[in-house]
Amino acid sequence: MSNYISQTITKAYVLAEMEARKLIHDPTELISRAVQPILWLGIFGEALSKVRAIPTQGFTYLQFITPGILTQSVTFVAIFYGLYIIMDRDTGILQKFLVTPTPRLALVWGKMISAGLRGLSQALIVFIFALILNVQLHLSLLSILGIIVIVMLGAAAFTGISMIIASIVKTRERFMGIGQVITLPLFFASNAIYPISIMPRWLQVVARVNPLSYMVDGLRTLMLSGTTTGVGFDIGILAGVALIISIISAWMYPKVVI
Amino acid sequence: MNYMGPPPETNIIEVKNLTKRFKKFTAVDDVTFAVKRGDIFACLGPNGAGKSTIIKMLITLLKPTSGQALIDGRDVIRDAGEVRHLIGYVPQMISVDGTLTAAENLMLFARLYDIPRAERQNRIKETLSFLKLEDHADSLVRTFSGGMIRKMEVGQAMLHRPKVLFLDEPTTGLDPIARQSVWEQLSKLRDNLGTTIFFSTHYMEEADGVSDQVAILNQGKIVAIGSVSELKAKTNKKEATLEEAFIFFTGNSLNETGNFREIRRMRQTEKRLS
Repeated sequence: MSNYISQTITKAYVLAEMEARKLIHDPTELISRAVQPILWLGIFGEALSKVRAIPTQGFTYLQFITPGILTQSVTFVAIFYGLYIIMDRDTGILQKFLVTPTPRLALVWGKMISAGLRGLSQALIVFIFALILNVQLHLSLLSILGIIVIVMLGAAAFTGISMIIASIVKTRERFMGIGQVITLPLFFASNAIYPISIMPRWLQVVARVNPLSYMVDGLRTLMLSGTTTGVGFDIGILAGVALIISIISAWMYPKVVI
Repeated sequence: MNYMGPPPETNIIEVKNLTKRFKKFTAVDDVTFAVKRGDIFACLGPNGAGKSTIIKMLITLLKPTSGQALIDGRDVIRDAGEVRHLIGYVPQMISVDGTLTAAENLMLFARLYDIPRAERQNRIKETLSFLKLEDHADSLVRTFSGGMIRKMEVGQAMLHRPKVLFLDEPTTGLDPIARQSVWEQLSKLRDNLGTTIFFSTHYMEEADGVSDQVAILNQGKIVAIGSVSELKAKTNKKEATLEEAFIFFTGNSLNETGNFREIRRMRQTEKRLS
């Protein structure tokens, strides 16, 4: 058992390192992914902050949605990760990895960490842009550390969910369809761009079971208030979801080759 | 690891009554055969004959509905973990990472296969020079030609010195020169390291030219098995070609049948490798 765990961690690290090398060889993808959060912050955020219709707990609206937009850009990258599984299945790369003695869980964690790395680069872009827009953020060593943990765990949870979906739908076309259908509802049924308190009752329930809300909540506390109240709880929820999802995913996604 | 293994003259692959059913469709139908250690073994048949399904079961990716398959005495289901250390696999489509360099692609698999740290660099160098790719160690693989990519894939799959190398349609989409050079490497691999090579193909000439044994598959069944000359002799025709032998055993010529996904995959492979 302990051998299995150490194998899993070693191999996940190997896979994640290679993903990082790929990003270094070709960072264009990171740049093109920067467009969306910039639009949300620069256009949507700027426009709505003039309206002042949304209660934002004493912060400016731009401050309020910056953690939300960060969450959105991290999870949207992750939620399409299942597509790579299908593409890798079509090219045979997936089969080749599954034939190696690598634990299935390591292959899942490798993908999760890779999504997390992309998420962190998104975070950097959001921070730089927020700085340009003169959004006041509270950054300390502790809050940065917390942000890294939350981004990695959030990316992991949604990557795992995405891999599970991929193993069920099995084709690119169906996956793209489902991906399009779930991303916006996930985003809107969360506290990313407005607080849960202004939602209708039924949506509040959805928002509270949506892991995205816990990501936003943790990031918002760290980035805006500079305290850590409740952040441990958010991290706990995200870690729990990521762990359970990764186990289900490790069991399910090898079936995509059949 | 005190398993002594069977003596070298025995069969390295033993398949007994192997069957795979998908709902009502029987992809592999009660297949029994053996592959001798160090042989080059061809699985010849049209698309959809069950070649890929047999390979998938042998490489531990697909559970048989019934029957048994052993690789070097280990059961592909019960001892899947051990079997994975013994085999290498080259899928039909491109499976190296174009966004990594040749050396990085090899390093990735060296680490996944637990090759000790002290040996890795040496093994990678050796492999690159074996493939005559040593000058391209630090180039991104997406700049490679089709033949070079195929060689890289063979290199990745042989790094850990597998006892059996499985290749699914290894030369689909390659021009004749690249095809020949890939097979030169594979024969050298067999001659130098005694690696057994198991491959599927729908090219008559390929099976004819390189293999010690050929199994002819049709609709999930092995309809004939033997050396190329044995198969030709059974047709009772003088100077029969393997094509004629194939028609003799299956009643069909080797037409492109197969399903949509397979055809699409083949076309894509051809497009990417050329």
